[in-house]
Amino acid sequence: MNLFKISRKYLYFKPLSTGLNILLLSFGLAIITMLLLVRDQFETVVSKDAEGIDLVVGAKGSPLQLILSGVYHVDFPTGNIPIKEAVGLQRNRLVKAVLPMALGDNYKGNRIVGTNHDYLDFYEVQYQEGESWTEAFQVVVGAEVAAKEGLKVGDSFESSHGISEGSHSHDEHSLVVVGVLEPSGKVIDRLILTSIETVWYSHDEEGEDGQHNHDHGEVTLNGIPDGDESRELTTLLLQFRNPMAAVQLPRFINSRTSMQAASPTFEMARLFELLGVGIKLLQGLAFALIVIAGLGIFIALYNSLKERKYDLAVLRSIGATRFQLLQLILIEGITLTWIGALLGLALGHVFLFILLKSTDQGLAASIQAWTFLPEELWILLYATGVGLFASIIPAVTAYQTSIAKQLTKS
Amino acid sequence: MLLEAKNLEFSYEENQKIEFPDFELESGESLLILGKSGSGKTTLLNMLAGLLKPKSGEISIDGKDIIGFSQKQMDQFRGKHIGLIFQKPHLLAPLSVKENLEVVPFFGKTQGESPARILEELDIKNKVNSKVRTLSEGEAQRVSIARALMNKPKLILADEPTSSLDDENAERVIKLLKDQAQRIGAGLIIVTHDQRIKNHVSKFIEVKKNESV
Repeated sequence: MNLFKISRKYLYFKPLSTGLNILLLSFGLAIITMLLLVRDQFETVVSKDAEGIDLVVGAKGSPLQLILSGVYHVDFPTGNIPIKEAVGLQRNRLVKAVLPMALGDNYKGNRIVGTNHDYLDFYEVQYQEGESWTEAFQVVVGAEVAAKEGLKVGDSFESSHGISEGSHSHDEHSLVVVGVLEPSGKVIDRLILTSIETVWYSHDEEGEDGQHNHDHGEVTLNGIPDGDESRELTTLLLQFRNPMAAVQLPRFINSRTSMQAASPTFEMARLFELLGVGIKLLQGLAFALIVIAGLGIFIALYNSLKERKYDLAVLRSIGATRFQLLQLILIEGITLTWIGALLGLALGHVFLFILLKSTDQGLAASIQAWTFLPEELWILLYATGVGLFASIIPAVTAYQTSIAKQLTKS
Repeated sequence: MLLEAKNLEFSYEENQKIEFPDFELESGESLLILGKSGSGKTTLLNMLAGLLKPKSGEISIDGKDIIGFSQKQMDQFRGKHIGLIFQKPHLLAPLSVKENLEVVPFFGKTQGESPARILEELDIKNKVNSKVRTLSEGEAQRVSIARALMNKPKLILADEPTSSLDDENAERVIKLLKDQAQRIGAGLIIVTHDQRIKNHVSKFIEVKKNESV
């Protein structure tokens, strides 16, 4: 027999009230856990993908849309830009490097990105299998896409036009997988990468039925490919040569060209600000739940104390000290909150898992339900605080109960 | 001498006090405390158990002056050496019969007797794993006696232990109390106005309330 066993018996004795309090607390903590997990991972993912990209350039439109489509490949591109202007920008002395991209095709909803080897080097890719493309119609597949679609080196498939699943396919020419990438936890896991020429040629064949005379063999591995005036690109990722560029370049692009420039850092900060309202609301709800749970525990303990005055007096009469009674109530309160906290943490992960299961696209795909953050330990600590707070008054009341008065009242 | 009480006085209010007769008790001896209701019998019992402090006077149990004890010392002394039985059994409902007995040596910090053996002595061994709520009044009161015996106390104090029991159960409880007190060599003090007990114990003191001073 010990204090823990006795307090456990008392908790079991009131399964409904105990259960309700645990449930309330765990729901509040589950929401907080979920928010914590999503926010932390989202921010890491977002900053990892955009790391090193100073400016994104594309067709005029919404700057946020440009960033989302050009860096994270979640939104629709704003449109295309003429290759002449891209080449002009590459020559600008404020630009250190340009990564050109031609977007607009997909395979079963997985986006196909026409780019060059610089893009692969920029994300420091590692190969599970195979190597990068050297010819048109060869593709390298990101780890997640390969796993989802079961693609390996040597497989071939047909791309479809557009960036979402179900649009008509370019069936004249199959794409051949020549490499599969290692998982990197970055946006590249979700992409199918190929040369810009592949994207161009796929559209040519469809539009003009093979009248274009292009050499299928050669593709540009670095830099912007040479194309005639009619050729277009979708997005350019820029790196600045010096801090001066941050001031001058966006202004230059936005006013002097038909293109627009957007900063990933700035646009994502703006996005988080917008999302922040929703997160605050959820946080508020979670805190309200936790406060209610805390009150519930307080009321349950306080009420049970009335019924238990005899029991406490009996315990004193058989030699329990006042301090032991204080401990007994505190243990009960803290046990309750700890069970609630552990359940809450588990539920938070389960909820997130279910949520991710039902929306496995875009950025959500890079969020993991089963990673554990050190901040989750704070949730335990926080719950202990709630438990202490809720049980301290009942515990002190138990401490002060006069046994003689209780036992002689019949 | 197991117990000596001298010149005990107690007052609930400023200008009213209760004076108690002096008395002594040897180990193995039984004593009744009689008196009208409201006369202060239970107050005397509470003072002997160290639950209330007298206004003045001396109580020594087993040669120790319990009035000089601190709250904590008293709690421990009571846990080890005094067994208390109340008018109602006051068993802890969430615990089983056996667990109700096991808490006694835990809080008294003693070895304790075997619950099964004591329950056998009290003829309720079959209830050892029962829930407290399933016991009858008489059974519950016998469990509360078992609880008072768990630490082999030197002194057993009982407050109207038979008042809510029928004749048969009352007889049984009195006999058990006397027998068990004798078996472990403890002094037994019973507060009562129950005629059924007076037939079994001859030594008594009477508490009378003095009208104001």
